[in-house]
Amino acid sequence: MKFGIMVSEGPYTHQAADTAYNFIAAALEKGHEIYRVFFYHDGVNNGTRLTTPPQDDRNIVKRWSELAEKHEIDLVLCVAAAQRRGIADADESKRNGKDADNMAPGFRISGLGQLLEASIQADRMVVFGD
Amino acid sequence: MEETAGEIKKIMYVNRKAPYGTIYALEALEVVLIGAAFEQDVMMIFMDDGVFQLKKEQDTKALGVKNFSPTYRALEMYDVEKIYVEKESMEVRGLTVDDLIIPVEVKSNEEVTKMMGEADVLLNF
Amino acid sequence: MLHTVNKSPFDRHSLERCLRTCASGNAILLIEDGVYGGIKGSIIEDKVKDAMKDVKIYALEADVNSRGIKNHIMDGIQLVDYSGFVDLTTEYDKVQSWL
Repeated sequence: MKFGIMVSEGPYTHQAADTAYNFIAAALEKGHEIYRVFFYHDGVNNGTRLTTPPQDDRNIVKRWSELAEKHEIDLVLCVAAAQRRGIADADESKRNGKDADNMAPGFRISGLGQLLEASIQADRMVVFGD
Repeated sequence: MEETAGEIKKIMYVNRKAPYGTIYALEALEVVLIGAAFEQDVMMIFMDDGVFQLKKEQDTKALGVKNFSPTYRALEMYDVEKIYVEKESMEVRGLTVDDLIIPVEVKSNEEVTKMMGEADVLLNF
Repeated sequence: MLHTVNKSPFDRHSLERCLRTCASGNAILLIEDGVYGGIKGSIIEDKVKDAMKDVKIYALEADVNSRGIKNHIMDGIQLVDYSGFVDLTTEYDKVQSWL
């Protein structure tokens, strides 16, 4: 089955990103397809490569990047939500005249249409948030 | 918008949160406006504290935040016509349709259950 | 339809809201802080038990165990792992997350 996922909260404060990750890992294990993970609201904070958790804690951002690489999953940060919260890739950073970018590998920044398109294309849409 | 032609889904936007205290209401509205381009069968339901999103007389001047409530009036131009408010949610909050910024259709909790059952996708905000 | 509830019923009313609105034949999965809604002897127990006549109620085992309440979960609530969570989403036609 094809799953679309929306993650609406950032990492660490709320459990949503962990639940979403564990759900996705289990779905892949069972042979399902993850059509897209769309990060919205504070969920875009899942996509900053500057995250540096303590050694003995899970690295939520790195975990997403590795999942994307291993399973070729489409991880999309909403552009409007990302701009508000200071998450940018090199192009976005340049376009907005910023002096740095911080998007983690495996993510891409795109519009809200990606959420709608996932909702239409996926067999199941599952929302994780606060 | 690749490969979406021909497939029409019933998408229900479930709005349960009040405006300003958190950003969910505003960013949900942004989804609905962008989503209009996809020409799906969309409906919005306002329930629980979500009914406060539609309250008339919002004045955010002193807050220093944009008052986005007039944007709900634009939904019609985006062909978002199915806008529902749950009756019980309004009642327990002391509101009536006269308090709302746009005309809505009032649905009972029972009808909301039925509508949710008939939707293809529920997007929760 | 599968409903997920992720809030403690002692802090927010999303579980009661869900119980009021879910239809007969639906299922409810308690996740994250929502698992506190499955505790025996709580003020919400009667409401949950009453709902169990019409809907199946599940709780995510990882969330139950991490909170130390495995031995407090009401009879009739089935524990599932993440794989079971995925199965529930495929078994039911859609998911309503009571965020």
